[in-house]
Amino acid sequence: MKKIKYSEITPEKVYLNRRSFIKSIGLSAGSAALTSIPFINHARSNEENKLTSYKDITTYNNYYEFGTSKSDPYINSQQFKTTPWTISIEGEVEKPIKLSMDEITETFISEERIYRLRCVEGWSMVIPWMGFSLSELLSKVNPTSKAKFIEFESVYDPEQMKGQRYPVLNWPYKEGLRIDEAMHPLTTVVTGLYGKRLPNQNGAPLRIFTPWKYGFKSAKAIVKIKFVEKMPTSSWMWASPREYGFYSNVNPNVNHPRWSQATERVIGNDIFAPRVKTLMFNGYGDEVANLYTGMDLKKYF
Amino acid sequence: MIKYFKPGVFFLSTIPFLFIFYKIYFNKLGPEPVKEITHFTGEWTLIFICLTLSMTPLKRLTNLTMWVSFRRMLGLFVFFYASLHLLTYIGIDYRFNWQPIFDDVFKKKYIFIGFAAWVLLIPLAITSSQKMIKLLKNNWKRLHRLIYMIAIFGSLHYIWLSKTIFFKPLVYLVIILVLLALRIKIKKRDVNYG
Repeated sequence: MKKIKYSEITPEKVYLNRRSFIKSIGLSAGSAALTSIPFINHARSNEENKLTSYKDITTYNNYYEFGTSKSDPYINSQQFKTTPWTISIEGEVEKPIKLSMDEITETFISEERIYRLRCVEGWSMVIPWMGFSLSELLSKVNPTSKAKFIEFESVYDPEQMKGQRYPVLNWPYKEGLRIDEAMHPLTTVVTGLYGKRLPNQNGAPLRIFTPWKYGFKSAKAIVKIKFVEKMPTSSWMWASPREYGFYSNVNPNVNHPRWSQATERVIGNDIFAPRVKTLMFNGYGDEVANLYTGMDLKKYF
Repeated sequence: MIKYFKPGVFFLSTIPFLFIFYKIYFNKLGPEPVKEITHFTGEWTLIFICLTLSMTPLKRLTNLTMWVSFRRMLGLFVFFYASLHLLTYIGIDYRFNWQPIFDDVFKKKYIFIGFAAWVLLIPLAITSSQKMIKLLKNNWKRLHRLIYMIAIFGSLHYIWLSKTIFFKPLVYLVIILVLLALRIKIKKRDVNYG
């Protein structure tokens, strides 16, 4: 497989044209270019799967390390240094390792993965990420028999991250997945979007993306991946256990105390566009529902 | 000179409305336009609540009665922006789809308290005229103390809908509490001086 260099940046317009060309030559040719992972949510019409614009994806972010308003991350993250960057994989593993960002980009080939993002606040985007399955990265270590969960830790650097100077959340930002969730092919290590290097405000140099969970589960600017025995307490669980559960699967039947989860607003639509129905597991039920067989998802929200 | 103040305050108070109208018309609302309108009208409602509550303390601080003459107009702008806020939510966001709206009002405390605040504003708006003041006499003052409750409700509405209290929701809470606390002091003085 060919590795995509960041010098081969495609402008958004060309990129979109190319995509519509692929669409126009027929679904078979288009899908042949994709791997077996179901990138696009087939349960929806094409209109709803329209890619969110690069501008909206990169200027409308929840990234409290850089401020609590949606425009803050773009404004406050431009000077953020992402080189050098090292990720440590440790905890319940036979031999912990440290990988530099260069090693990661050389070892793992990022491919385009178009996933829907559903924020717990009730809005959604469709994002062409660049990335690879987290399972590839995790296979670099041998977990011990105690390893049951994965804990992600984001960078802590209040000098560079304004938001961390205030106790908005329990810094550093922590998130977690069950091992089988982490090993699922849909769970992605993201290194870019729209064929470009991942912008700082989207979690550069490296973030996680779990498309069937609410956006906050996908930790940004990760420095540590830890195998642990006990279910980790994420920063949001710490802030409000009643509101944010460990699983946080997209579920239109479980209401958040503040936001209705039955419907969502698609980012980029005009003011007269109606809300659209939110799908169970954000539309990825065919792929991930079996992870939760027999579980009461109202209880384990 | 003073006679131009009132129209001036009126004009200034319409600026947020003109601003959001401009943004809607020229499509400058950003990625989530409906939320933008909702938040904008909501925040201006809170600002007008604070302005309305500032007039009496300002009168005492500056020894100018002029401030109080803006109070009614500012209060009516609270009702105006609160109504725009509610209409955005019901009409644009939920397109008059009543079922989810009823669900929201009764299941989500921030919507319940916000809605309650708007309902409480109605009698204040209705009884804001000079005639009504005369008609209700002492009860008018009592009735209009509801604005204190409305201010607290408005502030709670903001706190409860935000993921964390930092920073704006906290700022509004503090401002409103200070404005209310200033009144306690005023009242004590009145007692002291008989």
